[in-house]
Amino acid sequence: MAKITYIENNGKSHTIDVENGLTVMEGAVQNDIPGIDADCGGGMACATCHVYVKEDWFNKIPSKTQGEDDMLDQAYEPKSLSRLSCQITVSDDLDGLVVNLPEKQV
Amino acid sequence: MIKTDALIIGAGPTGLFTAHQLKLIGLDCEIVDNLDKIGGQCIELYPDKPIYDIPAVPECTGEQLTNNLINQLKPFDIKFHLNERVEEVKKNNGLWKVKTNKGTEFNTPNIIIAGGVGSFEPRKFAPKECEKYENISIFYSVKNKSIFKGKTVSIFGGGDSALDWAVELSKDSKVNLIHRRDEFRGAQSTLNQVLELEKNGKINLYTKYQLNKINGDEKLENIDILHDNKETKNLKTDYVLGFFGLIMQLGPIANWGLNLDKKTINVDTEKFETNQKGIYAVGDICTYPGKLKLILSGFHEGALAARACFKLARPNEKYRFEFTTTSTKLLKRLGKKE
Repeated sequence: MAKITYIENNGKSHTIDVENGLTVMEGAVQNDIPGIDADCGGGMACATCHVYVKEDWFNKIPSKTQGEDDMLDQAYEPKSLSRLSCQITVSDDLDGLVVNLPEKQV
Repeated sequence: MIKTDALIIGAGPTGLFTAHQLKLIGLDCEIVDNLDKIGGQCIELYPDKPIYDIPAVPECTGEQLTNNLINQLKPFDIKFHLNERVEEVKKNNGLWKVKTNKGTEFNTPNIIIAGGVGSFEPRKFAPKECEKYENISIFYSVKNKSIFKGKTVSIFGGGDSALDWAVELSKDSKVNLIHRRDEFRGAQSTLNQVLELEKNGKINLYTKYQLNKINGDEKLENIDILHDNKETKNLKTDYVLGFFGLIMQLGPIANWGLNLDKKTINVDTEKFETNQKGIYAVGDICTYPGKLKLILSGFHEGALAARACFKLARPNEKYRFEFTTTSTKLLKRLGKKE
């Protein structure tokens, strides 16, 4: 279990407990956090679960999977701290993780 | 003007099986899809990914599923309108008048929207001012390359489209190729060509840069690109091309007077009809209490919507439920009996 904070683009913050094994995307979708669309359902086939990982966390989470950067090329306003939240699997190590949501996904 | 009993929007698995159900009960139908091929998300997003929850099919890929559905439609004559997007839907003497972006017109009592998560549209540039120059100086696809002759063209993207056009346009134009990172996802052989052209001064390559600002008056004059390290560069350019892949958007469907819930359409669970009589929504694009976004749910929804279409298409006939195992009429339609 990890406490994960999702910060919407308008600054509204949501901190929730996400079970180990779920992805950061699933944690948001299952708790109705607005700002993550996840159109393809976690198949790394779209770029609509795009998040910006807080800088001090970026290197502490599991690194990008193969093909993730290719999908991020197609995201809305990708930046150096961009990740697809469907590719970040939650574990105890991620307790306290903060992600910022982009202005929009599509 | 094409007259049909039902028009299906979307050629994904749900749209295909809905067509099967319509033809089986004796209605004709045509299918419009914005993509250039049949299969929808299954083909565009995950052709090679295995699917494990189609009843009686333990495992198949998106491509296999699509091919099987196309095979299942073989007994029937169904007209597909690919590469076309439905733009306009209007009431006309109790029927629906439908117009596509290519000018094709339909007159039909029934429209079944099987649009998945919407239509695939090019991802556009983030800065708002870009809209003003769209289709004037900024393009997301190339229709007429001759306009770029002798001009400066700035191409954004790292996939095949960006690389291919950089190589092609470098023959007659000054080309800037800009990408947000050092790696390209396009074909290595094209990338090698690009690097060679860069060496010979035919292409200017800017990696780790993104579009930050566009400047101009009537016409685009120059752009600012921003490096990951926050350094900005100003590039004089006549044209800007963006190739960031496709995203899914509801598109014109949002303007047809339907009750929407975010990116989905509200329907009843008897006919899968929307708030507009004769317009149905099935598959991932519809929503109702308990909705599951599974392909099997789309099949069920399409089968019921097809029966609802019968009432409006054949107001003077009575629909009778029949099985394909026993009904002579259905077996004839399937080409299994003379």
